[in-house]
Amino acid sequence: MTDGPRPPALVLDGVSVARGGRTVWSHGTFTVRAGAVVGVIGPNGAGKTTMFQVALGLLPVTAGRVEVLGAPPRRGNRRIGYVPQNYTAALGDAIRARDLVTLGLTGGRFGLRRTSPTERARVDQALTWVGADGFAERRMSELSGGQQQRVAIAQAIVDDAELLLLDEPLANLDLRNQQEIVRLLGDLRRERDVTIMVVAHDLNPLLPVLTDAVYLLDGHPHHDEIGQVVQEELLTHLYGTPVGVVRTAQGDLFTRAGWREPSS
Amino acid sequence: MSTVDFQSNWLEVLQSPFMQNALIGGSLVALAAGLLGYFVITRQNTFAAHALAHIGFPGATGAILVGAPVTLGLAVFCVAGGLLIGLFGRRVADREMATGTILALATALGVLFASLASANAATTTSVLFGNLLAISREQLLVFGAFTACVVLTLAVLARPLVFASVDPAVAEARGVPVRALGLAFVLLLALTITMAVQVVGTLLLFALVVTPAATALRLTARPIRVAALAVALALGSVWGGLVLSAMIDLPPSFFIVSLSVLAWVTVLAVTGGHRPRPLVDTHHPH
Repeated sequence: MTDGPRPPALVLDGVSVARGGRTVWSHGTFTVRAGAVVGVIGPNGAGKTTMFQVALGLLPVTAGRVEVLGAPPRRGNRRIGYVPQNYTAALGDAIRARDLVTLGLTGGRFGLRRTSPTERARVDQALTWVGADGFAERRMSELSGGQQQRVAIAQAIVDDAELLLLDEPLANLDLRNQQEIVRLLGDLRRERDVTIMVVAHDLNPLLPVLTDAVYLLDGHPHHDEIGQVVQEELLTHLYGTPVGVVRTAQGDLFTRAGWREPSS
Repeated sequence: MSTVDFQSNWLEVLQSPFMQNALIGGSLVALAAGLLGYFVITRQNTFAAHALAHIGFPGATGAILVGAPVTLGLAVFCVAGGLLIGLFGRRVADREMATGTILALATALGVLFASLASANAATTTSVLFGNLLAISREQLLVFGAFTACVVLTLAVLARPLVFASVDPAVAEARGVPVRALGLAFVLLLALTITMAVQVVGTLLLFALVVTPAATALRLTARPIRVAALAVALALGSVWGGLVLSAMIDLPPSFFIVSLSVLAWVTVLAVTGGHRPRPLVDTHHPH
């Protein structure tokens, strides 16, 4: 891995965003360095998805300055891979996994032209990378949640994205599939040098790979190293309900609900 | 009650000028409708397609009222209706309510115009159920222009339109003009429906625009194959329907729709009639 002087993946400087005239959050000032794996956390409606839309150039900010991969945000930035929330559920049975990944590479192109052998090879590579070879010819609706999420990630990285934005990629997955997707994210960062931002409700499954977190608290985004974020007082404040933090003898970190059933 | 007889001179009937016009006109419609079907289904626009056909109804009866060509009246109302539906949000629920409301208003206008024009029952019937055997040379020219427009536009828009149809959220993030494509698509759909109404009528249009693509989608999910198969099924229904209507003197609409539905039912039966089940997760170590 060559670590030249790369620009940060995301820089926010005094940023406010509004939706329908209502300020979603304000005074956002932080920097996500290249190569980080960042959990984006906060209660429902705090504006986690909105942050992604700003980075994707889909939502203009009302104040402040934004820089994505060293440039102002713009729609159709091919250096960003995006997996929306509830994404796979919206896909019908009218598309195969392989064709969906191909669209990530050529879907913006007008005019008739066959997919070139080079493009096909890149699609194959992305499918192999996420371990989706075995079901690439299947329709999306035929796949399990974990398999659909793999295909979605393949589509997001097929064009060699440098920044990956994943919105609740672990929702509706069982424990094993959650762990496999998290392992995949770790591999992406290590082997492809991708910066990753993940919106998540539950931090626990992601803790092994997270380096940083952006948390939306009291209407402002804050950024810190993950170790600083996983603190009982902060998480309790953040979620508005008691949250406990457990550190095992092996140094693993867990959060848990901070209340107990009264023992009978 | 008229009797149903086999016509021994059906080969001659097939060669008559009105049958030739019907064959050409029906084929043009089948081509355009088959190509659009995949998008109508993936964009969840089946109700809009159905509604547009009905929105064409007052266009046709209104044209009769003012003495304008029926095709023109249909086209104006279908395009205007399509734009109106396209303006209403992307949320399916919003769009469906707006579509249903516009549909009701259009049908009411249609009845009003038909009554004002004192159009006879036969005219109204031909709008509602189509009259392929009355297609004129002039109509054929219009059909040819419309179909060329649909085919050429689709050739240019194909990839981004597939992207925007099956995967709008990511397509938008990737810079695909999702809204503009949606509008372009509704216009193509309006042109196609303008033609299809004259072939199978407003009430039966589903069988040419939606059913062939639905049948094809049971067999393959690859967009190009779905389009090719849907065109083939629509063409087969039109040709078969015309031959049957030459053999047995009954309206071609009936045969065309029956053949299209028969293909759908057959494929449903063969493929098991249920949606494909999700695979059980298998372990994929990376």
